[in-house]
Amino acid sequence: MERTTLDLWVGAFVVAGLAALVVLALKVGNLSTYNVSETYQLQAHFTNVGGLKPNASVRSAGVLVGRVTSIVLDTELYQAKVTMSIDKRYQFPKDTFANILTSGLLGEQYIGLMAGADEQMLKGGEEFKKTQSAMVLEELIGKFLFSKADSAK
Amino acid sequence: MFEKTVALQAKYAVVIECASRNQCKRSFVSSQSLVEIRDVNFSYDQRPILNGINMSFGKGKVVAVMGGSGCGKTTLLRLIGGALKPTKGEVRIDGQVIHELDMAGLYAMRRKMGMLFQFGALFTDMSVYDNVAFQMREHTDLPEELIHDLVLMKLHAVGLRGTHNLMPAELSGGMARRVALARTVALDPMLILYDEPFAGLDPISLSVVGQLIRKLNDALGATSVVVTHDVQESLKIVDYVYFIAEGVIVAEGTPAEIVASDKPFVHQFVHGEMDGPIPFHYPVANSYAQDLGVSA
Amino acid sequence: MPIVKSLRAIGHRSVNSVWRLGFAARFLALTLFYSGTSFRRFHLTVKEIFSSGVMSLIIILVAGMFVGMVLGLQGFETLKRYGSESALGSLVALSLVRELGPVLAALLFASRAGSAMTAEIGLMKATEQISAMEMMAVNPIARVVAPRFWAGVISMPLLAAMFSAMGVFGGYVVGVVLIGVDEGSFWSQMQGAVDFQHDVMNGVIKSFVFGVAVTAIALFEGFDAPPTAEGVSGATTRTVVQSSLAILMLDFVLTAFMFRGA
Repeated sequence: MERTTLDLWVGAFVVAGLAALVVLALKVGNLSTYNVSETYQLQAHFTNVGGLKPNASVRSAGVLVGRVTSIVLDTELYQAKVTMSIDKRYQFPKDTFANILTSGLLGEQYIGLMAGADEQMLKGGEEFKKTQSAMVLEELIGKFLFSKADSAK
Repeated sequence: MFEKTVALQAKYAVVIECASRNQCKRSFVSSQSLVEIRDVNFSYDQRPILNGINMSFGKGKVVAVMGGSGCGKTTLLRLIGGALKPTKGEVRIDGQVIHELDMAGLYAMRRKMGMLFQFGALFTDMSVYDNVAFQMREHTDLPEELIHDLVLMKLHAVGLRGTHNLMPAELSGGMARRVALARTVALDPMLILYDEPFAGLDPISLSVVGQLIRKLNDALGATSVVVTHDVQESLKIVDYVYFIAEGVIVAEGTPAEIVASDKPFVHQFVHGEMDGPIPFHYPVANSYAQDLGVSA
Repeated sequence: MPIVKSLRAIGHRSVNSVWRLGFAARFLALTLFYSGTSFRRFHLTVKEIFSSGVMSLIIILVAGMFVGMVLGLQGFETLKRYGSESALGSLVALSLVRELGPVLAALLFASRAGSAMTAEIGLMKATEQISAMEMMAVNPIARVVAPRFWAGVISMPLLAAMFSAMGVFGGYVVGVVLIGVDEGSFWSQMQGAVDFQHDVMNGVIKSFVFGVAVTAIALFEGFDAPPTAEGVSGATTRTVVQSSLAILMLDFVLTAFMFRGA
């Protein structure tokens, strides 16, 4: 076969393969929702992170604003220290509430941010002071049973 | 026979005399013979193939190495080409010991050699043109127009200019051999090795290939080594013949001497007799009668 | 002594296989060492990408389409029991991108292109083309083996990506067009579940590793094949068997490293 024809076929093949990768990245995967470059780091302590995992989403009013980058145990407080990277476009007041929420009854856990009313905004490396831990289903059921038992007395 | 022994002794005297003075040895070798094979032994694992072979191929000569199948002829070619290392002794080409060369040196030496393989060994995924152009493209930076002209010249020399667009599979056996010949001489080698160039050819192709071997050798001023068992065809074209049997040289001489030879082995080989020093029957322990169970 | 005899046989076989393994490793190292030509004269590699990659395209696309369609059908039937048909998209995409795309594409590649490579090189050796090349002072590993190696390594991730993309399309055709799963939730669930780095890139890494394994095995078997008809056919069979096993074993190892715990 002529070299030019060969080049044409192979070129088309490579382009098609790369196009398939792009489709996988944008249409199938979540690359379109990534905003990798412009982020800043914020931290939060939780008494219990439940099933929260690195790379879980951080949402405010349901909008994706960032991702969890790491979860470690802070051995001074014996609490979970969660670091998240937040999109630079979004700033949050100092008294913003960070909650661990669950999408659906048994779905993935994510961090929900409820903005406060403070004048000052959180800067990179600072921490959410107000947090609420994950709801652990077993504890909820336990509480529910105890309260039933109490009210039955 | 006696004269030849004297001649050989005289030749060795020169070699031994000069071995102490390096320069002398070189000038001797390069002025007289291109390939020198000295006391070469070779064995695969424990099985001896060649045993004390001494040969010299003079410049510009076509030399045939003959012998029955499996006598070590192809091994000899591989030793000359540097694909194998002799167990003992050395092969010198143009004054250099082949098995002492490093990879780069060996490849540099091989650029000056051409080898025609038994069935041509054309690259089946390339056209005739690309086959002949292969070495030019690999080893030179010649522009494509020049390669085009050179390829057509080489193909013309073997009478196959019209086939340059064909694939090797579309050629007959004889044509494939001629294309392979054109490829072998693509870079005008100083030494051309032929491994059974006549195997499996019809009489016309046979004599065409034979004539081409002679003509190309003379036109290029090269030296050719033809390993073959085709006596009649090769005696027509060569200058000198070596006979090998069971790893040793059993006879040598010019074609005329060989034809006239009364050595039993040479006689059997040249005239194609059924029985002789090389027996018709494979050696067996029992007699024929014993094997058939008719003996007492 | 039958025990001594069988011990000797075991010893012989293990020495042999270790020797072969070392030989294969040396062969791969040589291939990498002599890879310069494949890139300096890239058209050599392009030619091999054509014969291994482009020629495998049809089988990869058709197989990907059908695998995706089957996943759509089976996934829907299973998910329907739990009332979560909308998760069909994420099921199809995750299975394809993480596992089925790289693995099945590599298996098809091994039997389509790998076996062809082995047979081609084995026959080149049997017809003395490799020896002829060596006698022409051309290194056959640089000229014949390395371009095929890189062609396989380049083609494999592209083929796997096309397999996965085609499979997702097949799942879409069955799930959304034929069965009628909601199109919006099909895609959004998929995007929610498939992470670019974690899933897509790991799939690409997998297929890259498979590409190296399959082509290395195919080329070694071809180069090592005895120069006879039986030798070449045996080598071709070994290529398919060994590279299929290698793909599945490597897949387990890679999966254990990539998706453990997360």
